[in-house]
Amino acid sequence: MALKGAVLSFPHLGDYHVPIAYFAKRLLNMKVIKPLPITKKTLEIGAKYSPDSVCVPFKYNLGNFIESLDQGASVLIQAGGGCRFGYYAEVQEQILRDLGYKFTFIRIVSNDKLTVTNIYRQLKQINPRLNFFLFIYYFYFIIRMSKSLENIQQYVNKNSGFEVEKGSFGLLYNKFLGEIELVNNIGELNRLFLRYQRAFNKLPINKPVDCLKVGIVGEVYVAIEPFSNCYVESQMAKKGVEVTRLVTATRILLRRPKDHRDLLVKAHPYLKYAIGADGTDSVAKTKVFAEEGYDGVIHIKPFACIPELNAMPMLQKISHDYNMPILYLSFDAQTSEAGVLTRLEAFYDMLLMKRGH
Amino acid sequence: MAKLDIIGIPRALLYYKYRYLWECFFKELGCHILLSPETNKEIMDQGINHSIDESCLSAKIYMGHIYAIINQVDYIFVPRFCNFARQETVCTKFNALYDIVRNTFPHKEVLHYNVDVLKRNGELKGFIKMGLALKKNFFLIVKAYIKAKLKQKHHDKLAHKQQADLINNESCLKMLIVAHPYNRYDKLVGFPIIKYLMENNIMPVYADIVDHKVARQRSLNISKTLHWTYSKELIGAIDYYQDKIDGIIFISTFPCGPDSLVNELCLRKIKYVPMLNLVLDELQGEAGLHTRLESFIDIIKIRKNKQEAVS
Repeated sequence: MALKGAVLSFPHLGDYHVPIAYFAKRLLNMKVIKPLPITKKTLEIGAKYSPDSVCVPFKYNLGNFIESLDQGASVLIQAGGGCRFGYYAEVQEQILRDLGYKFTFIRIVSNDKLTVTNIYRQLKQINPRLNFFLFIYYFYFIIRMSKSLENIQQYVNKNSGFEVEKGSFGLLYNKFLGEIELVNNIGELNRLFLRYQRAFNKLPINKPVDCLKVGIVGEVYVAIEPFSNCYVESQMAKKGVEVTRLVTATRILLRRPKDHRDLLVKAHPYLKYAIGADGTDSVAKTKVFAEEGYDGVIHIKPFACIPELNAMPMLQKISHDYNMPILYLSFDAQTSEAGVLTRLEAFYDMLLMKRGH
Repeated sequence: MAKLDIIGIPRALLYYKYRYLWECFFKELGCHILLSPETNKEIMDQGINHSIDESCLSAKIYMGHIYAIINQVDYIFVPRFCNFARQETVCTKFNALYDIVRNTFPHKEVLHYNVDVLKRNGELKGFIKMGLALKKNFFLIVKAYIKAKLKQKHHDKLAHKQQADLINNESCLKMLIVAHPYNRYDKLVGFPIIKYLMENNIMPVYADIVDHKVARQRSLNISKTLHWTYSKELIGAIDYYQDKIDGIIFISTFPCGPDSLVNELCLRKIKYVPMLNLVLDELQGEAGLHTRLESFIDIIKIRKNKQEAVS
């Protein structure tokens, strides 16, 4: 496939656009444009051309694609997974073609399996001169990059609610995002990460020992992309809560067969079999949160996400058995931010009352 | 004489696909079967009470069926399906059905078999395990399985042959019904639509009655990356019956995961025949349905008349 002068674009997923763009720029020998930041308009465009009852990540992705195509992109990348996600690519391609766009569509995941060799094979089609060792190097590189991002994010989520100086965490985080794009090799990345870790640790916080602790579980896209979940994490943190989100992209990408078995062991006795996509993960993590004595869990999913719906009866039972409240939020194109905020506030008050404050 | 075990089979979801296999197997093992009654309003209401709000209507009805018989049986039978081969998976609802039922009705023993071929759990292995759980003789189990499997195959073939004969002999308008078996046989979901079509002298052709192997092959003509086996069989049937039908009706339940994308793709890709996409939920009124069907039938009749006038 000779693609001269092609411009590559991809859908958004939280802050992972940084490693993805980095990876594509270094390896694919073509111009890469990041999709425009997700706004209400993105969702509106996406929802307009999507089937009604499809889950909301489809609509966001489609909106991203249309905006990128309007910006001049000519190659689009879509991944895939175990649930409906595995079928996104073909339907989205058809919808965009019906709209009259001309582009090349690359599905990174053929055979519904997300493995390193599969990704390599697909990328080889875009850039025939792709070197396998270089690919492995940069793949490892962006995994490290994503992990650094996730570690910093986790620290921010846990502590930004107790910052002494308002907005100091957000500022430093944005600075970190800006600089991580500019690193050249793994050594620089590590040094940058350590430097910022120290900087974050030095930020003054006023954190009580017995602060409220809330875990976040749920569907990957909506849990990671802050716009799509109405900024649940930062809203919760603002109230002075330690927020933990274990759902991250690298965990999904690097899951081995052994990890799947471990999940089922963790989810025992609520699960005997895997319940599809990330449902097993949600049950296992909720149980771990309950055992670790978290005050509450927020379960996030797009409307009608089947794997997460499958997990809900088990979550209800865990909630009952461990006497731990769970807030179920489901997001669609019409979800209003005010409604979610009200529910979060009520949930927060309830957690406080349960503590006996 | 030892008391016979009573096994409850809910008349919903995959029952309609594997009914002869399951019934024959348990009968051969000498178990009593209690089948839940046809879906009615009460079953649906109970199903809604016992499931998560956002589940699809078919899954809600399933829970209602279980509730209807749970107190009269020793075991409730809920199989678990995951995949049949590479790229041959099922909707994740079927992955979790067993665990959902176990968690929703914790007091009843759930009998199940697991089909997860990629993890070396074939159908036969599943049936043997299930039979051993009922404390039956190993050879009796294998014999029962083979007999049941043959019976299921025979009935599938018979239905296919009957439908082929009907298509060739009848001259009235033919409408392809693309719906999962559990939707089209259901008394509350698909039955009113089929009944209305029959009353208007239109012959329904069922997409699920087809040679499944052929259908899976031919589904590649419409979609290359589809990975749900049951959806493959349905859209393969569209390709298989394409020159014998005058219209297509898609029936799906809100918010069905696979159908939301598969039907959309079909609506966009198939150009040669008029199509109607019906999405049903528990608040469906019959009048609105009839209006849509009526106007669709009119369109098909006009189109057919025009074609005949030209030729």
